Amino acid sequence: MSSGRFVTAVLTAGFAFLWLPILLLVIYAFSADRIPFQWGGFSLRWFAALAENERIVEAAFLSLRIAAGAATLAVLLGGAAGWALARYGRFRGRALFGALIGAPLVLPEVVTGLSLLLLFVALEVTTGWPDGRGAFTVLLAHATLGAAFVAVVVQARLAETDRSLEEAAMDLGATPATAFRTITLPLIAPALAAGWLLAFTLSLDDVVIASFVSGPAGTTLPMAVFAMLRRGLTPEVNALGAVIVLAVGAMLALATVLMRARR
Amino acid sequence: MGRLAVLAPVWVWLLVFVAAPAGILLAIALAEADSGLPPFRLAWSLAGFATLTQDAYYLDALLAALRIAAMTAGGCLLLAYPMAMGIARAVPGRRVLLLAALMLPFWTGFLLRVGAWIGLLRDEGWINGLLMGLGITDEPLPLLYTEGAMLIGMIHAYLPFAVLPLFAALLRLDPTLGEAAADLGARPATIFFTVTLPVTLPAAAAAFLLVFIPAAGEFVIPELMGPPEAQLVGRVLWQEFFQNRDWPVAAALAVTLLVLLLIPIRLFQRLEARG
Repeated sequence: MSSGRFVTAVLTAGFAFLWLPILLLVIYAFSADRIPFQWGGFSLRWFAALAENERIVEAAFLSLRIAAGAATLAVLLGGAAGWALARYGRFRGRALFGALIGAPLVLPEVVTGLSLLLLFVALEVTTGWPDGRGAFTVLLAHATLGAAFVAVVVQARLAETDRSLEEAAMDLGATPATAFRTITLPLIAPALAAGWLLAFTLSLDDVVIASFVSGPAGTTLPMAVFAMLRRGLTPEVNALGAVIVLAVGAMLALATVLMRARR
Repeated sequence: MGRLAVLAPVWVWLLVFVAAPAGILLAIALAEADSGLPPFRLAWSLAGFATLTQDAYYLDALLAALRIAAMTAGGCLLLAYPMAMGIARAVPGRRVLLLAALMLPFWTGFLLRVGAWIGLLRDEGWINGLLMGLGITDEPLPLLYTEGAMLIGMIHAYLPFAVLPLFAALLRLDPTLGEAAADLGARPATIFFTVTLPVTLPAAAAAFLLVFIPAAGEFVIPELMGPPEAQLVGRVLWQEFFQNRDWPVAAALAVTLLVLLLIPIRLFQRLEARG
Protein backbone atom coordinates (compact mmCIF):
# COMPACT_ATOMS: atom_id res chain seq x y z
CA MET A 1 0.00 0.00 0.00
CA SER A 2 1.35 3.44 -0.83
CA SER A 3 1.93 5.86 2.05
CA GLY A 4 -0.74 8.20 0.69
CA ARG A 5 -3.40 5.47 0.83
CA PHE A 6 -2.31 4.35 4.28
CA VAL A 7 -2.49 7.92 5.61
CA THR A 8 -5.93 8.45 4.07
CA ALA A 9 -7.17 5.17 5.51
CA VAL A 10 -6.02 6.00 9.04
CA LEU A 11 -7.34 9.56 8.72
CA THR A 12 -10.75 8.21 7.73
CA ALA A 13 -10.70 5.58 10.46
CA GLY A 14 -9.58 8.15 13.03
CA PHE A 15 -12.37 10.55 12.16
CA ALA A 16 -14.90 7.70 12.15
CA PHE A 17 -13.66 6.73 15.61
CA LEU A 18 -14.00 10.33 16.82
CA TRP A 19 -17.37 11.03 15.23
CA LEU A 20 -19.36 7.79 15.06
CA PRO A 21 -20.21 7.61 18.79
CA ILE A 22 -21.35 11.23 18.75
CA LEU A 23 -23.45 10.78 15.59
CA LEU A 24 -25.11 7.65 16.97
CA LEU A 25 -25.76 9.42 20.29
CA VAL A 26 -27.60 12.18 18.42
CA ILE A 27 -29.49 9.86 16.03
CA TYR A 28 -30.83 7.65 18.83
CA ALA A 29 -31.97 10.72 20.76
CA PHE A 30 -34.91 10.68 18.30
CA SER A 31 -35.79 7.05 19.03
CA ALA A 32 -38.96 6.27 20.98
CA ASP A 33 -37.43 3.19 22.62
CA ARG A 34 -36.85 3.36 26.36
CA ILE A 35 -33.58 1.43 25.97
CA PRO A 36 -30.86 3.81 24.78
CA PHE A 37 -29.34 3.11 21.35
CA GLN A 38 -32.30 0.95 20.25
CA TRP A 39 -34.50 2.18 17.43
CA GLY A 40 -38.19 2.28 18.35
CA GLY A 41 -39.51 4.70 15.74
CA PHE A 42 -39.12 8.47 15.54
CA SER A 43 -40.13 10.39 18.64
CA LEU A 44 -39.30 13.58 20.50
CA ARG A 45 -40.40 12.14 23.85
CA TRP A 46 -36.90 12.15 25.36
CA PHE A 47 -36.51 15.84 24.61
CA ALA A 48 -39.79 16.42 26.45
CA ALA A 49 -38.58 14.26 29.33
CA LEU A 50 -35.33 16.22 29.42
CA ALA A 51 -37.16 19.56 29.49
CA GLU A 52 -39.23 18.32 32.44
CA ASN A 53 -36.17 17.05 34.31
CA GLU A 54 -35.80 19.94 36.76
CA ARG A 55 -32.47 18.77 38.14
CA ILE A 56 -30.89 18.81 34.70
CA VAL A 57 -32.47 22.08 33.58
CA GLU A 58 -31.50 23.86 36.80
CA ALA A 59 -27.99 22.43 36.66
CA ALA A 60 -27.66 23.55 33.02
CA PHE A 61 -28.56 27.16 33.84
CA LEU A 62 -26.26 27.14 36.87
CA SER A 63 -23.41 25.78 34.72
CA LEU A 64 -23.95 28.44 32.04
CA ARG A 65 -23.83 31.19 34.69
CA ILE A 66 -20.71 29.75 36.34
CA ALA A 67 -19.01 29.28 32.96
CA ALA A 68 -19.76 32.86 31.84
CA GLY A 69 -18.52 34.33 35.13
CA ALA A 70 -15.44 32.13 35.30
CA ALA A 71 -14.54 32.83 31.65
CA THR A 72 -14.86 36.60 32.16
CA LEU A 73 -12.69 36.51 35.27
CA ALA A 74 -10.23 34.21 33.49
CA VAL A 75 -9.90 36.69 30.58
CA LEU A 76 -9.14 39.57 32.99
CA LEU A 77 -6.59 37.57 35.00
CA GLY A 78 -5.10 35.56 32.15
CA GLY A 79 -5.03 38.64 29.90
CA ALA A 80 -3.08 40.60 32.51
CA ALA A 81 -0.76 37.64 33.12
CA GLY A 82 -0.14 37.06 29.40
CA TRP A 83 0.53 40.80 28.96
CA ALA A 84 3.03 40.81 31.83
CA LEU A 85 4.84 37.71 30.50
CA ALA A 86 5.03 39.11 26.96
CA ARG A 87 5.84 42.73 27.70
CA TYR A 88 7.49 43.17 31.09
CA GLY A 89 10.78 41.40 30.32
CA ARG A 90 12.56 39.95 33.33
CA PHE A 91 10.43 41.42 36.10
CA ARG A 92 11.01 40.30 39.69
CA GLY A 93 9.62 36.85 40.39
CA ARG A 94 8.91 36.17 36.72
CA ALA A 95 9.90 32.49 36.93
CA LEU A 96 7.57 31.88 39.88
CA PHE A 97 4.82 33.95 38.23
CA GLY A 98 5.05 31.86 35.06
CA ALA A 99 5.10 28.60 37.00
CA LEU A 100 2.05 29.56 39.06
CA ILE A 101 -0.07 30.82 36.15
CA GLY A 102 0.78 27.70 34.12
CA ALA A 103 0.40 25.17 36.94
CA PRO A 104 -3.28 24.34 36.29
CA LEU A 105 -2.35 23.38 32.71
CA VAL A 106 -0.17 20.49 33.85
CA LEU A 107 -1.69 19.42 37.17
CA PRO A 108 -4.02 16.40 37.12
CA GLU A 109 -7.61 17.45 37.78
CA VAL A 110 -7.87 15.42 40.97
CA VAL A 111 -4.87 17.26 42.41
CA THR A 112 -6.19 20.71 41.45
CA GLY A 113 -9.66 19.88 42.77
CA LEU A 114 -8.45 18.44 46.06
CA SER A 115 -5.98 21.24 46.79
CA LEU A 116 -8.53 23.98 46.00
CA LEU A 117 -11.09 22.30 48.24
CA LEU A 118 -8.54 22.12 51.05
CA LEU A 119 -7.89 25.85 50.52
CA PHE A 120 -11.59 26.70 50.81
CA VAL A 121 -11.91 24.56 53.94
CA ALA A 122 -8.82 26.17 55.48
CA LEU A 123 -10.12 29.66 54.65
CA GLU A 124 -13.53 28.89 56.09
CA VAL A 125 -12.05 27.53 59.33
CA THR A 126 -9.67 30.48 59.80
CA THR A 127 -11.61 33.45 58.38
CA GLY A 128 -15.23 32.31 58.15
CA TRP A 129 -15.18 32.87 54.37
CA PRO A 130 -16.44 31.26 52.17
CA ASP A 131 -19.47 30.36 54.25
CA GLY A 132 -20.12 26.96 52.72
CA ARG A 133 -19.22 25.92 49.20
CA GLY A 134 -21.24 25.96 46.01
CA ALA A 135 -21.51 27.79 42.71
CA PHE A 136 -19.20 30.60 43.83
CA THR A 137 -16.31 28.35 44.84
CA VAL A 138 -16.70 26.45 41.54
CA LEU A 139 -16.52 29.78 39.71
CA LEU A 140 -13.29 30.73 41.50
CA ALA A 141 -11.73 27.34 40.73
CA HIS A 142 -12.75 27.49 37.07
CA ALA A 143 -11.47 31.07 36.72
CA THR A 144 -8.07 29.89 37.98
CA LEU A 145 -8.07 27.02 35.47
CA GLY A 146 -9.27 29.22 32.60
CA ALA A 147 -6.75 32.00 33.34
CA ALA A 148 -3.91 29.54 32.69
CA PHE A 149 -5.22 28.89 29.17
CA VAL A 150 -6.02 32.55 28.44
CA ALA A 151 -2.51 33.60 29.52
CA VAL A 152 -0.94 31.18 27.02
CA VAL A 153 -3.16 32.36 24.15
CA VAL A 154 -2.68 36.07 24.91
CA GLN A 155 1.08 35.77 25.42
CA ALA A 156 1.43 33.94 22.09
CA ARG A 157 -0.65 36.57 20.30
CA LEU A 158 1.33 39.45 21.81
CA ALA A 159 4.60 37.79 20.78
CA GLU A 160 3.33 37.88 17.17
CA THR A 161 2.10 41.47 17.16
CA ASP A 162 4.30 44.27 15.95
CA ARG A 163 5.22 46.59 18.81
CA SER A 164 6.30 49.31 16.41
CA LEU A 165 2.62 50.06 15.70
CA GLU A 166 2.11 50.99 19.33
CA GLU A 167 5.37 52.95 19.42
CA ALA A 168 4.40 54.82 16.27
CA ALA A 169 1.09 55.83 17.86
CA MET A 170 2.91 57.11 20.93
CA ASP A 171 5.46 58.97 18.76
CA LEU A 172 2.51 60.68 17.13
CA GLY A 173 1.36 61.87 20.55
CA ALA A 174 -1.00 59.14 21.75
CA THR A 175 -0.89 58.47 25.48
CA PRO A 176 0.03 54.88 26.44
CA ALA A 177 -3.62 54.32 27.40
CA THR A 178 -4.87 55.54 24.02
CA ALA A 179 -2.26 53.49 22.18
CA PHE A 180 -3.34 50.43 24.15
CA ARG A 181 -7.04 51.02 23.49
CA THR A 182 -6.79 51.87 19.78
CA ILE A 183 -3.87 49.67 18.66
CA THR A 184 -3.04 46.82 21.02
CA LEU A 185 -6.50 45.89 22.27
CA PRO A 186 -7.97 45.40 18.77
CA LEU A 187 -4.89 43.32 17.87
CA ILE A 188 -5.28 40.96 20.82
CA ALA A 189 -9.10 40.95 20.80
CA PRO A 190 -9.29 37.68 18.83
CA ALA A 191 -6.99 36.05 21.40
CA LEU A 192 -9.15 37.36 24.25
CA ALA A 193 -12.30 36.07 22.53
CA ALA A 194 -10.73 32.68 21.86
CA GLY A 195 -9.49 32.54 25.44
CA TRP A 196 -12.93 33.40 26.80
CA LEU A 197 -14.53 30.67 24.70
CA LEU A 198 -11.91 28.15 25.79
CA ALA A 199 -12.37 29.01 29.48
CA PHE A 200 -16.16 28.88 29.04
CA THR A 201 -15.96 25.41 27.46
CA LEU A 202 -13.53 24.08 30.07
CA SER A 203 -15.88 25.23 32.82
CA LEU A 204 -18.93 23.68 31.14
CA ASP A 205 -17.05 20.40 30.69
CA ASP A 206 -15.45 19.99 34.11
CA VAL A 207 -16.81 17.41 36.51
CA VAL A 208 -13.81 16.52 38.70
CA ILE A 209 -12.77 19.95 40.03
CA ALA A 210 -16.42 20.99 40.44
CA SER A 211 -17.21 17.82 42.40
CA PHE A 212 -14.43 18.63 44.85
CA VAL A 213 -15.06 22.33 45.41
CA SER A 214 -18.86 22.45 45.16
CA GLY A 215 -21.41 21.98 47.90
CA PRO A 216 -24.96 20.67 48.18
CA ALA A 217 -26.43 23.79 46.54
CA GLY A 218 -24.04 23.83 43.60
CA THR A 219 -24.75 20.88 41.30
CA THR A 220 -23.39 21.77 37.87
CA LEU A 221 -24.56 20.13 34.64
CA PRO A 222 -21.54 17.80 34.37
CA MET A 223 -22.06 16.76 38.01
CA ALA A 224 -25.72 15.96 37.26
CA VAL A 225 -24.82 14.06 34.07
CA PHE A 226 -22.12 12.14 35.91
CA ALA A 227 -24.67 11.08 38.53
CA MET A 228 -27.04 10.01 35.72
CA LEU A 229 -24.35 7.96 33.97
CA ARG A 230 -23.43 6.27 37.24
CA ARG A 231 -27.01 5.15 37.76
CA GLY A 232 -27.13 3.82 34.21
CA LEU A 233 -27.63 5.27 30.77
CA THR A 234 -31.07 6.63 29.86
CA PRO A 235 -32.23 8.10 26.53
CA GLU A 236 -32.32 11.50 28.27
CA VAL A 237 -28.51 11.48 27.98
CA ASN A 238 -28.95 11.05 24.21
CA ALA A 239 -31.41 13.95 24.13
CA LEU A 240 -29.01 16.17 26.09
CA GLY A 241 -26.19 15.20 23.72
CA ALA A 242 -28.35 16.10 20.72
CA VAL A 243 -29.28 19.48 22.25
CA ILE A 244 -25.61 20.32 22.89
CA VAL A 245 -24.41 19.16 19.45
CA LEU A 246 -27.17 21.13 17.73
CA ALA A 247 -26.47 24.22 19.88
CA VAL A 248 -22.74 24.08 19.15
CA GLY A 249 -23.48 23.51 15.46
CA ALA A 250 -25.84 26.48 15.35
CA MET A 251 -23.27 28.69 17.12
CA LEU A 252 -20.57 27.66 14.66
CA ALA A 253 -22.84 28.31 11.69
CA LEU A 254 -23.67 31.74 13.13
CA ALA A 255 -19.97 32.53 13.70
CA THR A 256 -19.16 31.49 10.12
CA VAL A 257 -21.94 33.66 8.69
CA LEU A 258 -20.84 36.64 10.82
CA MET A 259 -17.21 36.24 9.76
CA ARG A 260 -18.20 36.02 6.09
CA ALA A 261 -20.40 39.12 6.47
CA ARG A 262 -17.51 41.11 7.95
CA ARG A 263 -15.27 40.42 4.97
CA MET B 1 -0.61 51.53 32.63
CA GLY B 2 1.43 50.98 35.76
CA ARG B 3 3.09 47.63 35.96
CA LEU B 4 2.11 47.26 39.57
CA ALA B 5 -1.57 47.75 38.76
CA VAL B 6 -1.38 44.91 36.24
CA LEU B 7 0.83 42.57 38.24
CA ALA B 8 -0.50 43.01 41.79
CA PRO B 9 -4.01 41.55 41.32
CA VAL B 10 -2.64 38.58 39.36
CA TRP B 11 0.04 37.95 41.98
CA VAL B 12 -2.56 38.03 44.76
CA TRP B 13 -4.81 35.65 42.84
CA LEU B 14 -1.98 33.22 42.05
CA LEU B 15 -0.67 33.21 45.62
CA VAL B 16 -4.16 32.58 47.03
CA PHE B 17 -5.54 30.12 44.48
CA VAL B 18 -2.43 28.30 43.22
CA ALA B 19 0.45 28.62 45.70
CA ALA B 20 -1.54 28.45 48.95
CA PRO B 21 -3.53 25.32 47.92
CA ALA B 22 -0.25 23.53 47.14
CA GLY B 23 1.10 24.45 50.59
CA ILE B 24 -2.12 23.41 52.30
CA LEU B 25 -2.16 20.12 50.37
CA LEU B 26 1.33 19.35 51.70
CA ALA B 27 0.37 20.42 55.24
CA ILE B 28 -2.65 18.09 55.24
CA ALA B 29 -0.61 15.25 53.74
CA LEU B 30 1.51 15.63 56.88
CA ALA B 31 -1.49 15.97 59.21
CA GLU B 32 -3.04 13.24 61.33
CA ALA B 33 -6.42 11.76 60.50
CA ASP B 34 -9.05 12.71 63.06
CA SER B 35 -12.74 12.07 63.55
CA GLY B 36 -13.53 15.80 63.78
CA LEU B 37 -14.72 18.18 61.13
CA PRO B 38 -12.65 18.77 59.03
CA PRO B 39 -11.32 15.26 59.63
CA PHE B 40 -7.66 15.97 60.40
CA ARG B 41 -5.42 17.52 63.05
CA LEU B 42 -2.40 19.52 61.92
CA ALA B 43 0.86 17.80 62.87
CA TRP B 44 4.23 16.86 61.43
CA SER B 45 3.28 13.29 60.85
CA LEU B 46 4.37 10.95 58.09
CA ALA B 47 1.46 8.62 58.87
CA GLY B 48 -0.28 9.45 55.60
CA PHE B 49 2.79 8.67 53.52
CA ALA B 50 3.55 5.62 55.67
CA THR B 51 0.07 4.24 54.85
CA LEU B 52 0.94 4.57 51.16
CA THR B 53 4.11 2.51 51.51
CA GLN B 54 2.65 -0.13 53.85
CA ASP B 55 -0.34 -1.07 51.76
CA ALA B 56 0.50 -2.39 48.28
CA TYR B 57 -2.96 -1.20 47.20
CA TYR B 58 -1.69 2.40 46.85
CA LEU B 59 1.54 1.54 45.06
CA ASP B 60 -0.45 -0.66 42.68
CA ALA B 61 -2.87 2.21 42.05
CA LEU B 62 0.00 4.54 41.16
CA LEU B 63 1.70 2.00 38.90
CA ALA B 64 -1.57 1.01 37.21
CA ALA B 65 -2.36 4.67 36.52
CA LEU B 66 1.08 5.24 34.96
CA ARG B 67 0.71 2.07 32.87
CA ILE B 68 -2.77 3.00 31.60
CA ALA B 69 -1.64 6.59 30.94
CA ALA B 70 1.33 5.31 28.91
CA MET B 71 -0.92 2.94 26.94
CA THR B 72 -3.41 5.77 26.30
CA ALA B 73 -0.65 8.12 25.15
CA GLY B 74 0.93 5.40 23.01
CA GLY B 75 -2.40 4.53 21.41
CA CYS B 76 -3.10 8.21 20.74
CA LEU B 77 0.32 8.62 19.12
CA LEU B 78 -0.17 5.60 16.80
CA LEU B 79 -3.43 7.08 15.51
CA ALA B 80 -2.32 10.71 15.67
CA TYR B 81 0.82 10.39 13.52
CA PRO B 82 -0.90 9.32 10.28
CA MET B 83 -3.85 11.59 11.04
CA ALA B 84 -1.57 14.60 11.50
CA MET B 85 0.27 13.67 8.27
CA GLY B 86 -3.02 13.47 6.41
CA ILE B 87 -4.16 16.85 7.70
CA ALA B 88 -0.79 18.50 7.03
CA ARG B 89 -0.75 17.16 3.44
CA ALA B 90 -4.26 18.38 2.64
CA VAL B 91 -4.72 21.57 0.61
CA PRO B 92 -5.16 24.63 2.91
CA GLY B 93 -8.93 24.94 2.45
CA ARG B 94 -9.51 21.30 3.28
CA ARG B 95 -7.00 21.46 6.10
CA VAL B 96 -9.14 23.98 7.98
CA LEU B 97 -12.16 21.69 7.65
CA LEU B 98 -10.21 18.67 8.89
CA LEU B 99 -8.85 20.62 11.87
CA ALA B 100 -12.38 21.76 12.71
CA ALA B 101 -13.60 18.16 12.48
CA LEU B 102 -10.78 17.19 14.82
CA MET B 103 -11.55 19.80 17.47
CA LEU B 104 -15.35 19.76 17.25
CA PRO B 105 -15.85 16.64 19.40
CA PHE B 106 -14.08 18.61 22.15
CA TRP B 107 -17.03 21.02 22.16
CA THR B 108 -19.68 18.34 22.49
CA GLY B 109 -19.04 17.57 26.12
CA PHE B 110 -16.64 15.06 27.55
CA LEU B 111 -19.23 13.20 29.65
CA LEU B 112 -21.65 12.88 26.75
CA ARG B 113 -18.95 11.22 24.68
CA VAL B 114 -18.35 8.81 27.56
CA GLY B 115 -22.13 8.26 27.64
CA ALA B 116 -22.09 7.49 23.93
CA TRP B 117 -19.41 4.84 24.40
CA ILE B 118 -21.36 3.30 27.27
CA GLY B 119 -24.38 3.10 24.94
CA LEU B 120 -22.30 1.40 22.27
CA LEU B 121 -20.38 -1.04 24.47
CA ARG B 122 -23.00 -2.18 27.04
CA ASP B 123 -24.33 -5.74 27.01
CA GLU B 124 -27.62 -4.43 25.57
CA GLY B 125 -25.65 -1.88 23.57
CA TRP B 126 -25.46 -1.01 19.92
CA ILE B 127 -22.33 -3.03 19.07
CA ASN B 128 -23.60 -6.19 20.77
CA GLY B 129 -26.95 -5.69 19.04
CA LEU B 130 -25.15 -5.47 15.71
CA LEU B 131 -22.99 -8.55 16.40
CA MET B 132 -25.99 -10.63 17.48
CA GLY B 133 -28.08 -9.35 14.58
CA LEU B 134 -25.38 -10.49 12.17
CA GLY B 135 -25.23 -13.85 13.92
CA ILE B 136 -21.57 -13.41 14.85
CA THR B 137 -22.34 -14.11 18.48
CA ASP B 138 -25.35 -15.60 20.31
CA GLU B 139 -24.99 -13.79 23.59
CA PRO B 140 -23.62 -10.33 24.30
CA LEU B 141 -19.86 -10.04 24.59
CA PRO B 142 -18.69 -8.34 27.78
CA LEU B 143 -17.28 -5.14 26.26
CA LEU B 144 -17.99 -2.43 28.83
CA TYR B 145 -16.27 -2.40 32.23
CA THR B 146 -13.09 -3.84 30.75
CA GLU B 147 -9.62 -2.38 30.44
CA GLY B 148 -10.14 -2.22 26.68
CA ALA B 149 -13.29 -0.12 27.09
CA MET B 150 -11.46 2.20 29.45
CA LEU B 151 -8.60 2.60 26.97
CA ILE B 152 -11.01 3.28 24.08
CA GLY B 153 -12.74 5.95 26.16
CA MET B 154 -9.46 7.57 27.13
CA ILE B 155 -7.96 7.51 23.63
CA HIS B 156 -11.21 8.99 22.31
CA ALA B 157 -11.05 11.80 24.87
CA TYR B 158 -7.37 12.68 24.38
CA LEU B 159 -6.74 11.95 20.67
CA PRO B 160 -7.20 15.56 19.40
CA PHE B 161 -4.58 16.80 21.87
CA ALA B 162 -2.02 14.38 20.43
CA VAL B 163 -2.75 15.33 16.82
CA LEU B 164 -2.24 19.09 17.23
CA PRO B 165 1.47 19.24 18.21
CA LEU B 166 2.32 16.63 15.55
CA PHE B 167 0.37 18.55 12.93
CA ALA B 168 2.22 21.77 13.79
CA ALA B 169 5.60 20.02 13.54
CA LEU B 170 4.73 18.26 10.26
CA LEU B 171 3.61 21.56 8.78
CA ARG B 172 7.05 23.05 9.53
CA LEU B 173 8.79 19.99 8.08
CA ASP B 174 10.55 20.83 4.83
CA PRO B 175 8.79 18.66 2.17
CA THR B 176 11.91 18.65 -0.02
CA LEU B 177 13.63 16.39 2.55
CA GLY B 178 11.15 13.60 1.90
CA GLU B 179 11.18 14.27 -1.85
CA ALA B 180 14.95 14.04 -1.94
CA ALA B 181 14.82 10.73 -0.09
CA ALA B 182 12.17 9.47 -2.53
CA ASP B 183 14.26 10.59 -5.52
CA LEU B 184 17.15 8.60 -4.11
CA GLY B 185 14.91 5.53 -4.07
CA ALA B 186 13.72 5.38 -0.45
CA ARG B 187 10.37 3.67 0.14
CA PRO B 188 7.63 5.55 2.07
CA ALA B 189 8.24 3.53 5.25
CA THR B 190 11.99 4.21 5.02
CA ILE B 191 11.33 7.93 4.52
CA PHE B 192 9.08 7.96 7.57
CA PHE B 193 11.60 6.24 9.85
CA THR B 194 14.74 8.00 8.59
CA VAL B 195 13.44 11.51 7.82
CA THR B 196 9.98 12.32 9.22
CA LEU B 197 10.23 10.58 12.58
CA PRO B 198 13.68 11.91 13.65
CA VAL B 199 12.77 15.48 12.69
CA THR B 200 9.38 15.42 14.45
CA LEU B 201 10.51 13.40 17.47
CA PRO B 202 10.37 16.37 19.91
CA ALA B 203 6.77 17.04 18.84
CA ALA B 204 5.93 13.36 19.24
CA ALA B 205 7.37 13.43 22.76
CA ALA B 206 5.34 16.58 23.52
CA ALA B 207 2.18 14.93 22.16
CA PHE B 208 2.82 11.82 24.25
CA LEU B 209 3.29 13.85 27.44
CA LEU B 210 0.34 16.13 26.68
CA VAL B 211 -1.83 12.99 26.89
CA PHE B 212 0.16 11.09 29.53
CA ILE B 213 0.12 13.81 32.21
CA PRO B 214 -3.66 14.37 32.49
CA ALA B 215 -4.39 10.68 31.79
CA ALA B 216 -2.31 9.63 34.81
CA GLY B 217 -4.79 11.33 37.14
CA GLU B 218 -7.92 10.42 35.17
CA PHE B 219 -10.93 9.61 37.32
CA VAL B 220 -14.12 9.78 35.27
CA ILE B 221 -13.40 7.24 32.50
CA PRO B 222 -11.98 4.49 34.77
CA GLU B 223 -14.97 5.04 37.07
CA LEU B 224 -17.62 4.87 34.34
CA MET B 225 -16.06 2.49 31.80
CA GLY B 226 -13.29 0.55 33.54
CA PRO B 227 -13.50 -2.76 35.41
CA PRO B 228 -14.15 -2.49 39.16
CA GLU B 229 -10.67 -3.80 39.87
CA ALA B 230 -9.04 -1.01 37.84
CA GLN B 231 -8.18 0.98 40.93
CA LEU B 232 -6.17 3.76 39.31
CA VAL B 233 -4.74 6.50 41.48
CA GLY B 234 -7.35 9.10 40.48
CA ARG B 235 -10.12 6.77 41.55
CA VAL B 236 -8.39 5.72 44.79
CA LEU B 237 -7.73 9.35 45.71
CA TRP B 238 -11.41 10.13 45.12
CA GLN B 239 -12.54 7.20 47.28
CA GLU B 240 -10.12 8.02 50.10
CA PHE B 241 -11.43 11.55 50.13
CA PHE B 242 -15.17 11.18 49.55
CA GLN B 243 -15.92 7.70 50.91
CA ASN B 244 -13.26 6.95 53.55
CA ARG B 245 -12.92 10.62 54.50
CA ASP B 246 -9.21 10.05 55.08
CA TRP B 247 -7.96 13.47 54.05
CA PRO B 248 -4.28 12.99 55.00
CA VAL B 249 -4.03 9.81 52.88
CA ALA B 250 -5.83 11.46 49.94
CA ALA B 251 -3.50 14.47 50.19
CA ALA B 252 -0.41 12.26 50.52
CA LEU B 253 -1.55 10.37 47.42
CA ALA B 254 -1.99 13.65 45.52
CA VAL B 255 1.50 14.82 46.57
CA THR B 256 3.01 11.49 45.51
CA LEU B 257 1.28 11.59 42.12
CA LEU B 258 2.55 15.12 41.65
CA VAL B 259 6.13 14.16 42.50
CA LEU B 260 5.94 11.23 40.06
CA LEU B 261 4.67 13.56 37.35
CA LEU B 262 7.29 16.28 37.96
CA ILE B 263 9.79 14.72 35.56
CA PRO B 264 7.31 14.35 32.67
CA ILE B 265 5.96 17.84 33.40
CA ARG B 266 9.43 19.45 33.31
CA LEU B 267 10.25 17.51 30.15
CA PHE B 268 7.05 18.71 28.53
CA GLN B 269 7.75 22.34 29.46
CA ARG B 270 11.27 22.06 27.99
CA LEU B 271 9.88 20.67 24.74
CA GLU B 272 7.23 23.42 24.63
CA ALA B 273 9.83 26.15 25.19
CA ARG B 274 11.93 24.72 22.36
CA GLY B 275 9.10 24.09 19.93
